[in-house]
Amino acid sequence: MTAHDIVIIGGGPAGLAAAVAARKAGIQDILILERDNCLGGILNQCIHNGFGLHTFKEELTGPEYASRYIDMVEEEKIPYKLNTMVIDINKDKEVTVINREDGLTTIKAKAIILAMGCRERARGALNIPGYRPAGIYSAGTAQRLMNIEGYSVGKEVVILGSGDIGLIMARRMTLEGAKVKVVAELMPYSGGLKRNIVQCLDDYGIPLKLSHTVVNIEGKERVTGITLAEVGPDRKPIPGTEEHYACDTLLLSVGLLPENELSKGIGVSMSRITSGPEVNDQLETSAEGVFACGNVLHVHDLVDYVSEEATLAGTNAAEYVRAGKEREAGHMVELKAENGVRYTVPQSIDVNNMQDKITVRFRVADVYKDRYISVYYDGVQISKRKKKVLAPGEMEQVVLKKDSFADYPDLKNIVICTEVE
Amino acid sequence: MEVRELICIGCPLGCPLTVKIDGDQMDVSGNTCKRGDDYARKEVLSPTRIVTSSVHVAGGAIEMVSVKTKEDIPKGKIFEIMDEIRQVTIPAPVAIGDVVIADCAGTGVPVIATKNVAKA
Repeated sequence: MTAHDIVIIGGGPAGLAAAVAARKAGIQDILILERDNCLGGILNQCIHNGFGLHTFKEELTGPEYASRYIDMVEEEKIPYKLNTMVIDINKDKEVTVINREDGLTTIKAKAIILAMGCRERARGALNIPGYRPAGIYSAGTAQRLMNIEGYSVGKEVVILGSGDIGLIMARRMTLEGAKVKVVAELMPYSGGLKRNIVQCLDDYGIPLKLSHTVVNIEGKERVTGITLAEVGPDRKPIPGTEEHYACDTLLLSVGLLPENELSKGIGVSMSRITSGPEVNDQLETSAEGVFACGNVLHVHDLVDYVSEEATLAGTNAAEYVRAGKEREAGHMVELKAENGVRYTVPQSIDVNNMQDKITVRFRVADVYKDRYISVYYDGVQISKRKKKVLAPGEMEQVVLKKDSFADYPDLKNIVICTEVE
Repeated sequence: MEVRELICIGCPLGCPLTVKIDGDQMDVSGNTCKRGDDYARKEVLSPTRIVTSSVHVAGGAIEMVSVKTKEDIPKGKIFEIMDEIRQVTIPAPVAIGDVVIADCAGTGVPVIATKNVAKA
């Protein structure tokens, strides 16, 4: 068994930023474990631009954004292992890994940062009737095949789901000469960013059909067509609304799932809403010395926020290693998400020992217009901010300052909610 | 007076913009930063986009290298530029910023690599 101060699971944007932050906080002995053959994670296939406006104040493509952090990791000489799969982490922070050079080995860590990201929901989770021909891809798989491996994916395309990857792929396939006939979305609103609807669909005249889903897939060897139907408020297809589309490819962009099999192995408590670990203001899970950041914690809309969050996790993991023990327990307060706010990350804050300020991130449950985002301490309104539009596809945030808790020595709960007035 | 509703694509915030056009005068509202104002004026007068794609690499560690137009180009030129990008294969190694096409579709804008690719 080998031993390291901090072991980071995943070499994508979260893992890279966490590693750089931990090193800057003075920890020398760090190891990044990455299962792919290169660092950078999903950014490698996100060749479109729009990354980095917050972090670097310029607009970068995914690979460029990744390379900024990869360069920092190389400059700091932080060790990493590629083509290396973590297959288990136990409660003693022993990480079981497998790769071709070392075989099966165990690494003992003082602190662990979970940065495994998320994966796509697949056809099997949707119960779409019909055959199982070739030509059905998750949008991210098609993106990898086109952008990294250089394959042409299809010529006539229907996309189910209007998540950002689906929208980006609608444009990408159009640019490569395919005909994208329609993007269908089960919900009455898009799950993607507004800018992507403008620059990926509207720019190319691709129709977006809200409240529609695929009710049949045809073709035995290869997809030959699909049937769309409108859905009612119960999200069930309305008989008589079926429309047939001839196509050879169906892309699915129907949601992302944090990849938490390893976290469950450690036994950290999980949020049923985010499908990620529950964390405190240090981004520490319920397991001592185990931190989480990025899409494994909750699915983000912007990589810039992933980097920011991961920097905090890396700094806090470093602090934990240096102290050799957990932060002394102060006054823990639960955060409650109410009235249209689905969840918060973190889920709890130590109001005595927190940093001067922390950013609480969340998503809303539906599309809302002209609502306030309000914060209450034990029923007293502390702040409210008006938003013209709130949508589930976009992450929101509030910043809580440590000194705002000075007048609430017996604080029991913090509520974050939306309000009409 | 013409009024146009736009969504800013300057950053992922996607601010809803209202542009009031009165002859040569343009009044932009709804933006939360300068980029929104710039975007709205440009979108009304001559819309532009950055085009991103990927091209084959000969003798590289991976098959494809991602590329982009170094600056935004007129929206009407997108497919012409894509036709040129699709013809290109470049030899490894490739570094971020390497020029892949010096002047794409007569726009004067180069297409550059956005990824490092080592030799195989």
